[in-house]
Amino acid sequence: MDKLLKLLDENARLTDAQLATMLDCSEEEVRAQIAALEKSGAIRAYKAVVDWDKTDRQNVTAIIELKVTPRRDVGFESIAEQVMAFDEVESVYLMSGGYDLSVRVNGRSFQDIAAFVAKRLSTLDSVISTATHFVLRRYKDNNVMFLGENQDERGIM
Amino acid sequence: MDYQKLLNKTIADMKPSGIRRFFDIANEMEEVISLSIGEPDFSTPFHIREKGIESLEKGKTWYTPNAGLMALREAIAGYVKRHYAVEYDAKTEVLVTVGGSEGIDLCMRTVLQAGDEVLIPEPSFVCYKPLAEMAGATAVPIITKAEDAFRLTPEALKAAITPRTKLLVLPFPNNPTGAVMRREHLEAIADVLRGTDILVLSDEIYGDLTYGGTEHVSFAAIPDMWERTVLVSGFSKAFAMTGWRLGYVCAPAPLCKMMTKLHQYALMCAPTTAQHAAIEAMNHGDEDVVTMRADYDARRRFIVKELRDMGLYCFEPEGAFYVFPSVAVTGLSSEEFCHRLLLEKHVAVVPGTAFGDCGEGFVRISYCYSIRHITEAMRRMREFVTECKEKRI
Repeated sequence: MDKLLKLLDENARLTDAQLATMLDCSEEEVRAQIAALEKSGAIRAYKAVVDWDKTDRQNVTAIIELKVTPRRDVGFESIAEQVMAFDEVESVYLMSGGYDLSVRVNGRSFQDIAAFVAKRLSTLDSVISTATHFVLRRYKDNNVMFLGENQDERGIM
Repeated sequence: MDYQKLLNKTIADMKPSGIRRFFDIANEMEEVISLSIGEPDFSTPFHIREKGIESLEKGKTWYTPNAGLMALREAIAGYVKRHYAVEYDAKTEVLVTVGGSEGIDLCMRTVLQAGDEVLIPEPSFVCYKPLAEMAGATAVPIITKAEDAFRLTPEALKAAITPRTKLLVLPFPNNPTGAVMRREHLEAIADVLRGTDILVLSDEIYGDLTYGGTEHVSFAAIPDMWERTVLVSGFSKAFAMTGWRLGYVCAPAPLCKMMTKLHQYALMCAPTTAQHAAIEAMNHGDEDVVTMRADYDARRRFIVKELRDMGLYCFEPEGAFYVFPSVAVTGLSSEEFCHRLLLEKHVAVVPGTAFGDCGEGFVRISYCYSIRHITEAMRRMREFVTECKEKRI
């Protein structure tokens, strides 16, 4: 299972046949393992890591620090559920330290995100304060280098 | 000046390494995908690098003892005992060298002289023959065959031995074929050598990179063989430390002493920074090797399948990080295949003939590359092989 997840974590587009070859098992076993991992929720999704700067689409990312009031019985969960329901929100983490939730938000422009924070996020009942940090440049994301090409310094031969 | 006249004749007549033959062409081309490099794509594990850095920060920039730092020699003795069950006295039987290559050179120059014959199984790494010749000896190739899984057979060995045979090179796990000699195969070789005075240079630089569950067996671990074996290995391949230039030799004290003498005059000592890092590799690097080996193993299976799917005969390698498929179905020679694959599809692989004449009809492909890189290279190679086959019909 670990080996399978490691391979998929690096490249989710490998076919079942290729995975079977690399893991020295049958395609059926690969399919069964993947099905089990999907069912248990260990595998949540398969995605491409996109560098939007290389496309025509405008994309701005911000990381927002949220201080919130936890609610009796449900703690941070109910506010987290409210926040994660927004399409703009890419990730929500509960944090230790100086603030409570770290929220990563994607938008088409700075204005988009500013509007989202002002109108939708900070108006939520439990939100005490927000601090919005815009991402200026992505150097590495999801273990993938965004800066320069992954140059092989070993030479050709 | 007439340099030709001044040059040593042996070096002047020596063929340049066939691995580098295509380098100039490949270097000029754009978008070349290479599968020709014989070094890990991993960087040295960080905790090993850190020990090197730390030694520099502490200003440890002096020579070490000629044979290497005592702590490193002890760590090496511990490592080979732990992994291969062979015992060497760190003080008198271990020598730290500048890469495994220096160990090979030292061994040859220490024992060989004019008139001696050196048996070299081929295909094998490019350095044995030139170094044997520089030491004044005659290199005698022994051909290993795909049908024998590229192993040295006792029959072939027996047939090659003459009264002049001084040294047998045992290059396993093998570069370029990926062949491995398991215990029973080594036993059979030992049976032939028992009672002779033939020494064995066992180049086990890929020893930690064997696949399929069975551990590497050192030739020195075979009964009665310790006394005649010079075990050469290093840090480059298993610990991804090629650039540090560090290897080692384990050999009976009388041999080790003479090699150390030569090493002392020629090189003084191996790089100090590298030695400090290597202590960490020997003592705490086992897990790194396991992780990297698992990665190589997945790629090995992947690439063998791809090559077989495109219709090439491909021996399943059990060690190192190379595959050695036959390109006979294309109707091309090794050189033609590599040349045209490079020109037409911009994929660089090494002709089998670089590793001995018997490598004709084969090419060496390295899998020290990411699966993504290998996938694209295989796609291009498949196109090329298909085109070649179509033209033949």
